Amino acid sequence: MKAQFKTLLVAAVLALAGCSDEGGDKVRIGTEGAYPPFNMIEKDGKVTGFDVDIALALCEKMQVECEVVTSSWDGIIPALNARKFDFLAASMSITDERKEAVDFTDPYYTNGLQFVARKGQDFSTDKSALKGKVVGAQRATIAGTWLEENLGDTVEVKLYDTNENAYLDLASGRVEAVLADKFVNWEWLKSDAGKDFEFKGEPVFDNDKIGIAVRKGDPLLEKLNTALKEIVADGTYKKINDKYFPFDIY
Amino acid sequence: MTRVLKAIWPWLLFFGLIAAILYGVTADVRWDAVYKSLPRLFEGALLTLELVGISVVVGLILALPLGIARASGNIWIGALPYVYIFFFRGTPLLVQLFLLYYGLSQFDSVRESAIWAGSHVQTTLDLGFHRWALDFTIPGLREPFVCAVVTMTLHTAAYIAEIIRGAIRAVPQGEIEAARALGMSYAQSMRHIILPRAARIGLPAYSNEVILMLKASALASTITLMELTGMAQTIISRNYLSTEIYFAAGLFYLLISFVLVQAFRLLERWLRVDALQGR
Repeated sequence: MKAQFKTLLVAAVLALAGCSDEGGDKVRIGTEGAYPPFNMIEKDGKVTGFDVDIALALCEKMQVECEVVTSSWDGIIPALNARKFDFLAASMSITDERKEAVDFTDPYYTNGLQFVARKGQDFSTDKSALKGKVVGAQRATIAGTWLEENLGDTVEVKLYDTNENAYLDLASGRVEAVLADKFVNWEWLKSDAGKDFEFKGEPVFDNDKIGIAVRKGDPLLEKLNTALKEIVADGTYKKINDKYFPFDIY
Repeated sequence: MTRVLKAIWPWLLFFGLIAAILYGVTADVRWDAVYKSLPRLFEGALLTLELVGISVVVGLILALPLGIARASGNIWIGALPYVYIFFFRGTPLLVQLFLLYYGLSQFDSVRESAIWAGSHVQTTLDLGFHRWALDFTIPGLREPFVCAVVTMTLHTAAYIAEIIRGAIRAVPQGEIEAARALGMSYAQSMRHIILPRAARIGLPAYSNEVILMLKASALASTITLMELTGMAQTIISRNYLSTEIYFAAGLFYLLISFVLVQAFRLLERWLRVDALQGR
């Protein structure tokens, strides 16, 4: 009986240890998969998008084999630090808060934050005009942080697990506007679901540097930076850029 | 003192172990972040309690006729409750929540109706000796809180109905026959004999369901509600200390379920009739 219990205990410990499996010698790319056109899961289950293409191009330059792993956005930094994957190509803004938890490569594109709301709706982005409005954003993004810090006492902020859910509530009218990355908004406005909506005002924050994150002190950082310079120099970056956007986002 | 110790020693052991493991593994646990998060987590815990409190009480009221109908043994009476229970037990709560919150909101006809916007009630109630001016708003499905409460209530009602059915079926046949032999009608024996007896039999299972709903309420965070889990996620999104904050949130859940378990234990003791065997 006692021996049986011991075996059981060992099996349980092994099973638990398996949860943080290092997964062979492949380099694993972490991304979210709910942020078109940067990272999304296609109908056949494949993870694609600008971030993924860039990451795979970097892998090719570094001459390593890579696989893509998805994670929920709000747990994505802890997952990186728990070695669920090795680098994070998920359109993550480089912020001081995040720099305390992870290291960032040089920026691989620059984004901005811009409001979207229903076409024809009188929606001014002046602070005084925003008073009492209900605005949606994704949790744990710079859009969410920007709203809390700049308009926290003016607007009612609703936070969503994915940006897609924020758009759903914009369409249903539960929120009057959504604040998100302008390129992501641009993609959504092009889609069928976003056809009744438009950009409102100028981007409220326009120098949002997006980088790839690695664990603190990981030597992978230098390799990624070198590879990034190479794909920009040899035109691979531009090819990927043009596949998704008719303008330059670097 | 010893009595208190006797009651809480498993908890002390449990928390001690977790704290020791945390301390041993990371050695630099940010206790200051845990401490700083407590007021906001408390705020979230209040919303959690509201969600669970309303849904398990209203769910119980809804489940009573459903359970009695299911226990009747008559398929014409039991069929509709069966379909209801089949649906709500057969699909995940998250799916039901999304169907109600994101699903219904897709239809223009829903968004233009009163169940979406809610309705404002303004009327005077005249009872002769006193007049009440009623002025309140019934919120609609536009509000995430309403969606969460409605879904959780309907969901738990299905489970509680089955608990009630089982409890009624478990009442000894002899006692029901004795009641009928005394000349009680079906309704009378149900009210005076079967239901009080079934309440004692079903109580432990009901307390189980309440605890399950406490944990299921975490799903409300997916529809923008800042209950305990939602609040924890939002704090983590700013400080990235997931271990510390989820640990603190876990403490709140444990504390709530501890209080619930003790309360149900008291209730069980209070309901106990010594003449009965067992419960």
